[in-house]
Amino acid sequence: MSEDTMYFFWDLGQYLINGLTQGSIYALVALGYTMVYGIIKLINFAHGEFYMIGAFIGYYIILAGVPLYLAFPIAMLGSGLIAVIIERLVYRPIRHAGRIPALITALGISLFFQYLGQMLIGADPKAFPAAIEEKTYIFGEIMITNIQVIILVATFVLMVVLWWLVNHTRIGKAMRATSYNHDAAELMGIDTNKIISFTFFIGAALAGAAGVLVGMYYTTVEPMMGLIPGLKAFIAAVLGGIGIIPGAVLGGLTLGVAENLVVGFWVSTYRDAVAFAILIIILLIKPAGILGKNRKEKV
Amino acid sequence: MKTSRLIKRIVTGILLSASVLTSAQASKKVTIGAVFPMTGPIATYGQESVNGIKLALKTIIKEGKVEINLIVEDNKGEPQESANAVTKLIMSDKVNAIIGSVASSNTLAGAPIAQTNKVPLMTPASTNEKVTMAGSFISRTCFTDAFQGVVMAKFAYENLGKRKVALLIDNSSDYSKGLSRVFTKKFKELGGKLSSDKNFSYVQKDTDFRTLLRKIKRTKPDVIFLPGYYTEVGLILKQARQMGITQPFLGGDGWDSPKLQELAGKAVNGNYISSHFSSDDKDPMVQKFVKEYVAAYGQKPGAMAALGYDGILVMADAVKRAKSLSNVDLQAALVSTKGFVGVTGAITIDKNRNARKSAVVLETTTKGNIFNSKVNP
Repeated sequence: MSEDTMYFFWDLGQYLINGLTQGSIYALVALGYTMVYGIIKLINFAHGEFYMIGAFIGYYIILAGVPLYLAFPIAMLGSGLIAVIIERLVYRPIRHAGRIPALITALGISLFFQYLGQMLIGADPKAFPAAIEEKTYIFGEIMITNIQVIILVATFVLMVVLWWLVNHTRIGKAMRATSYNHDAAELMGIDTNKIISFTFFIGAALAGAAGVLVGMYYTTVEPMMGLIPGLKAFIAAVLGGIGIIPGAVLGGLTLGVAENLVVGFWVSTYRDAVAFAILIIILLIKPAGILGKNRKEKV
Repeated sequence: MKTSRLIKRIVTGILLSASVLTSAQASKKVTIGAVFPMTGPIATYGQESVNGIKLALKTIIKEGKVEINLIVEDNKGEPQESANAVTKLIMSDKVNAIIGSVASSNTLAGAPIAQTNKVPLMTPASTNEKVTMAGSFISRTCFTDAFQGVVMAKFAYENLGKRKVALLIDNSSDYSKGLSRVFTKKFKELGGKLSSDKNFSYVQKDTDFRTLLRKIKRTKPDVIFLPGYYTEVGLILKQARQMGITQPFLGGDGWDSPKLQELAGKAVNGNYISSHFSSDDKDPMVQKFVKEYVAAYGQKPGAMAALGYDGILVMADAVKRAKSLSNVDLQAALVSTKGFVGVTGAITIDKNRNARKSAVVLETTTKGNIFNSKVNP
């Protein structure tokens, strides 16, 4: 093998690792999008903000000296609870007003949190405290940091827990029933309001977890940080098939890897263009997403 | 016709002399609009600039010759918002002049509007060449990228002895692109070369540079020129040092914010930037400014604070000298500024309405930026 081809494979390996790390973050955020969509057909554009809120909760409590293994669940709990409050106060009263008002409300909530954050915390980026010392492991020409490993492992664990929760518990069964048919689920005695709140909670908690992980990885947090990853996660959810939980994971990882390959082997500034091009292409060719079944809309 | 014109002249003459007489006692009143990024990714620049301006206003008030009513507008660091702010200040606030903004792309968006309405717009901090080319009413009190790029190219080649440079450019910023162009030209002229003819670029708000930095590392440069803003630069430095990129990074005044130290941590050490101002400068005037600034805001002033401070003082000085407060006279007074001694050096506005003044090279360290050398035009 020539030196160039060798480097090509080393680079490819490195870009895949970087891509999977970034993709894991997208996947965690995309899960919340897809679950909320699955259950009430709402594209919750405020979802990126729960990721920001999680990151800031992590930022403040780690600064206060709370160790990471505690800070992590607290941040998840915090952003989950805020999502439940938002659902109760804002989304529930307009749930039957139709999808467009709900969508616009979601955009409003998104802007509300972005600017509330700028007002309360300030717009300038904050350095995320180093919760653990960063170490780099080198394999040949490939570098991987312990934080990348933590992100990959944490994402994997959270997904296994989510899979178990949705498929093997009573509440998971109730979630699936509510998603399948809201009215029928209610007739069977399921408190659908509670299930919807719970779904919001889980989705936002995962986004909050992603926020803390990203804070550690990029070591910066700021009130607008949820905007772009929120949109990317939306693309990931649509790419995998919105409403389908494994689809969000697949979409997130695919997007993360695709972006890093574009930066690595092509022009770095095309990255976002490629991400949004993927969205357009998937909507044109297979609107239901990679894992989605093509279904005719009822007219 | 002729007589009426004559009468008009006499009347204006009387009025003018009256106004000169009154101005000897009363102060000249002007409304000045300030367009700065008070929120957004470069918010610390806007906040610092406005802090500097407000500090200078205290001195101006104390002196009592000029009365300035300042209206601050937030442009969020975005071109479109800057254009909106300039329009608002001209149309509804009827300002006499505008000071602002920081990012060149922002100032460039507002400049044509000021030019069309013939309202003097003076930027204290936008260094891109194109800014003052927008027209005769646009000027600046800072040096330009051409000068900054030349300073850093010479510094890299002569002081550091580097021969092979990689460029990492913020593609969403006119400032970054302009600076890298001038740097490259001068560096090649001196005998240096680029590590790769490919472009390495990112856009603002990016957070992951690992893949991009790996590509740069492959080209084995001696030094990396990174004319970006502190938010991304902080992340880039941190990620680069983690990846074992040990070469020094060079930058421009876009790095000059205390936030850089906070964001990059230890990775900030051993890099160099060109800037407008150093708070370590032993000049007594600078030290007096630093003392007053610390007393007012509890932190040391960065370059933007010093530029804002000088900018509004130059403007107040122009108001003092202006024959009348008409836009044309005010602009004429502004561009005839000569050897105005400010905390960022002696400012002379040249025929292209750019300031000729000195630059400083600073070494960035965790304890702040340390004065390295001063470069005159």
